[in-house]
Amino acid sequence: MSAKAVVTGIGVATPNGLGVDDFWAATRVGKNAIERVTRFDPEQYPSRLAGEIRGFEAEKHLPSRLIPQTDRMTRLALVAADCAFEDAGVQPGDIPEFDMGVVTASTSGGFEFGQNELKKLWSQGSQYVSAYQSFAWFYAVNSGQISIRNGMRGPSGVVVSDHAGGLDAIAQARRQIRKGSKLIFSGGFDASICPWGWVAQIAGGRLSTSDDPDRAYLPFDAAAGGYVPGEGGALLILEDERTARERGADNVYGEIAGYGATFDPKPGSGREPGLRRAIEVALADAGVEAGDVDVVFADAAGTPRLDREEADAITAVFGPSGVPVTAPKTMIGRLYSGAAPVDVVTALLAIREGLVPPTTNVELSPAYDIDLVVGQPRPTSIRTALVLARGYGGYNSAVVVRATD
Amino acid sequence: MSTQFTIDDLKRILLEGAGAEEGVDLDGDILDTDFEELGYESLALLETGSRIEREFGIALDDDVFTDNRTPRALVAAINETLSALVPQA
Amino acid sequence: MGRRVVITGVGVLAPGGIGTKNFWSLLSEGRTATRGITFFDPSQFRSQVAAEVDFAPELHGLTPQEIRRMDRAAQFGVVAAREALADSGLDLAGFDPHRTGVTIGSAVGATTGLDDEYRIVSDDGRLDLVDHTYAPQHLYNYFVPSSFSAEVAWAVGAEGPATVVSTGCTSGLDSVGHAVELIREGTADVMITGATDAPISPITMACFDAIKATTPRNDDPEHASRPFDGTRNGFVLGEGSAVFVLEELESARRRGAHIYAEIAGYASRCNAFHMTGLRPDGREMSEAINVAMAEARMNPESIDYINAHGSGTKQNDRHETAAFKLSLGDHAYRTPVSSIKSMVGHSLGAIGSIEIAASVLAMEHHVVPPTANLHTPDPECDLDYVPLHAREHRTDAVLTVGSGFGGFQSAMVLARPERSAA
Repeated sequence: MSAKAVVTGIGVATPNGLGVDDFWAATRVGKNAIERVTRFDPEQYPSRLAGEIRGFEAEKHLPSRLIPQTDRMTRLALVAADCAFEDAGVQPGDIPEFDMGVVTASTSGGFEFGQNELKKLWSQGSQYVSAYQSFAWFYAVNSGQISIRNGMRGPSGVVVSDHAGGLDAIAQARRQIRKGSKLIFSGGFDASICPWGWVAQIAGGRLSTSDDPDRAYLPFDAAAGGYVPGEGGALLILEDERTARERGADNVYGEIAGYGATFDPKPGSGREPGLRRAIEVALADAGVEAGDVDVVFADAAGTPRLDREEADAITAVFGPSGVPVTAPKTMIGRLYSGAAPVDVVTALLAIREGLVPPTTNVELSPAYDIDLVVGQPRPTSIRTALVLARGYGGYNSAVVVRATD
Repeated sequence: MSTQFTIDDLKRILLEGAGAEEGVDLDGDILDTDFEELGYESLALLETGSRIEREFGIALDDDVFTDNRTPRALVAAINETLSALVPQA
Repeated sequence: MGRRVVITGVGVLAPGGIGTKNFWSLLSEGRTATRGITFFDPSQFRSQVAAEVDFAPELHGLTPQEIRRMDRAAQFGVVAAREALADSGLDLAGFDPHRTGVTIGSAVGATTGLDDEYRIVSDDGRLDLVDHTYAPQHLYNYFVPSSFSAEVAWAVGAEGPATVVSTGCTSGLDSVGHAVELIREGTADVMITGATDAPISPITMACFDAIKATTPRNDDPEHASRPFDGTRNGFVLGEGSAVFVLEELESARRRGAHIYAEIAGYASRCNAFHMTGLRPDGREMSEAINVAMAEARMNPESIDYINAHGSGTKQNDRHETAAFKLSLGDHAYRTPVSSIKSMVGHSLGAIGSIEIAASVLAMEHHVVPPTANLHTPDPECDLDYVPLHAREHRTDAVLTVGSGFGGFQSAMVLARPERSAA
């Protein structure tokens, strides 16, 4: 029997809340945090809205030695890691170093840091490039910096699967717990709201061009026209359930009970997309039937083709309107590698309170046979939640989260 | 006009390029304290060195930080490099 | 004992050696592929040497569309994956596509493509608010390197779990290690796995210049990469890719596949010390080696050859020499150790997979590749580094290791399946 991987600590930083309490207070009532971009002047671009984290002052939380060598996404991740440790009631020294690791996801790395160094290189010359460019922008930086700051020397890693990567990282963390690690940090952070990152995201062709924060990101709505990018993410502490109980962990939020991942067939093949299969694999892995699932946190791409694929997969597994579906990311935008870990956090908090947070702003299109929770939060008993995440190119990942008691 | 490199220049550049270690007061008596004790490892010193090179228009030896382990020694070494610069006609 | 994982196909694209045959010729003859940079004018850089691949994608079956949308590293990966699949003789049509997965390692993703596109949209850095009207659609594929695994999955028809593993310079080992776990746990039956990087671009040269990690030996590029030599002064940047077909042992045997090696053990640890620095004692790498050997149920005496990280920086070569001694004890002194980076340079995330390829080819031929350019040993590096010339040597089990920025230290044990059955 494999060890049960439970979540015992959470660090979260999103446009609608820093820390678990603020985040949940905003999310449970559907507080919209999408606004016009302020980090640069977006006027000249076709997309001008984002979910930005306001009021985050890294200098108040981190040693000044770390500031010049870190991108914004790393600063957010380091602060979230501190919060997660505190939430779990673990001091970095409590557990042997080789028994603790860090597995994170990334989408675009420290893109803003990279932008600044590219600018120096081409406008001033190679000798102006920072010594920290050798690692501050790369995809592995958050795992490395978190391990260094907290003395974690055990199995670690970094995965990149666009918006699906956050679930892949959590699954890899669960593997390490099952193989004997005592504590693994997992999740993802991205923060590429800078001109160079903005242009790359626009190039993907899926961003909303609306200027109305309440009508910009509308998954499963007849008016769906793309998504709004956001910044931030979440880090979770995973522990083996028995060792967590033995140390008297204050918070056992729930179990990472199942996982499945697939990749879509090559475009043009005519074959069914892989999402349904990913869901089925995750349910089987968790040992649950479709009827046991109390709520689905949708990927909610916000483009008609992808919404159609997702609604079809959900309906195929659960039947027409067979399960409540929600997409709280409508409040904050899509956080890239951070999106799915935030949804896992939301799922755990939803289980704790017995409340499905709403999909904001959306009026469900009659074209979709799903029971989308819109407008108001829905009180209901939740023991098992399914979190879905999809990435550009065809990545599909699904995680089953379950109450532990 | 000959340019001087001062301890205040060094402190400013260290702070800009590498910040300050918790518990270390750069305004204290640091002239003879080893950079490592001040919390600056090789990477921070490389960043500091390239900032000094750019600002003062000089080229430092690869070994400048291994040969000069304290602020006092480094300031002296940089001033020596500066004074060796022959003004262009 | 659970499911065991073997390598049944190899594809390599390395400087001086595209294809496994050419790659092995280069290594076994001890030739070097390092040279003065030709991709751009390197005159402003401290280090002006690299190990470049002479690569014409259209000669490897890539269509104009594919060439346009893929960064160079993605192109490498697709070509290597196709070679590996052909080499394996596996017909994936006979498999459930959902049980075939892809993991590709890369340290710096599409950094070369990003560097090129940045120049255009920013007008060489003049614009802060870069101009989106000059950005091609494939810029998003460069933004997110998961496009690499997507391209490989499309190329081979895989529809199982896919991801990019990006742990800096150990990515090439960690990607394959990740794939091994997916087969062992039963999630996948076949994995197409390996790594690719194409980092030889101005921004990469500049960042390694800034930390003096790359060698300034510009007057002698053919002999610039000098692992374990007393005169070494930095690594030589390289590029390339290696991709493998992994299968479950029994299923590979049933179809009569040629089995290169079993991936018998793998582990990764962190130094939790410094983003670029190493603790001199080599403890984390040693821990990774010990766990990998334990997983393979092998003791140090079973290791016939160590394929070293051997980057040619002052600190690395001493660090891993210390780690080998910690883990293998006296046997470290009796085991040939070599670094192929002396010949093909350091291709960051790709090199770990390229070194796995070198390791399994050493097992195929019972020949250990040399460490080129090793003339004056560093007294602190006192193992048998197989200087200059390849050596005939019975090789049934290989330890290959990697070390990278972020503090990652990884180790993998490759062995003949009949030997490690124990």
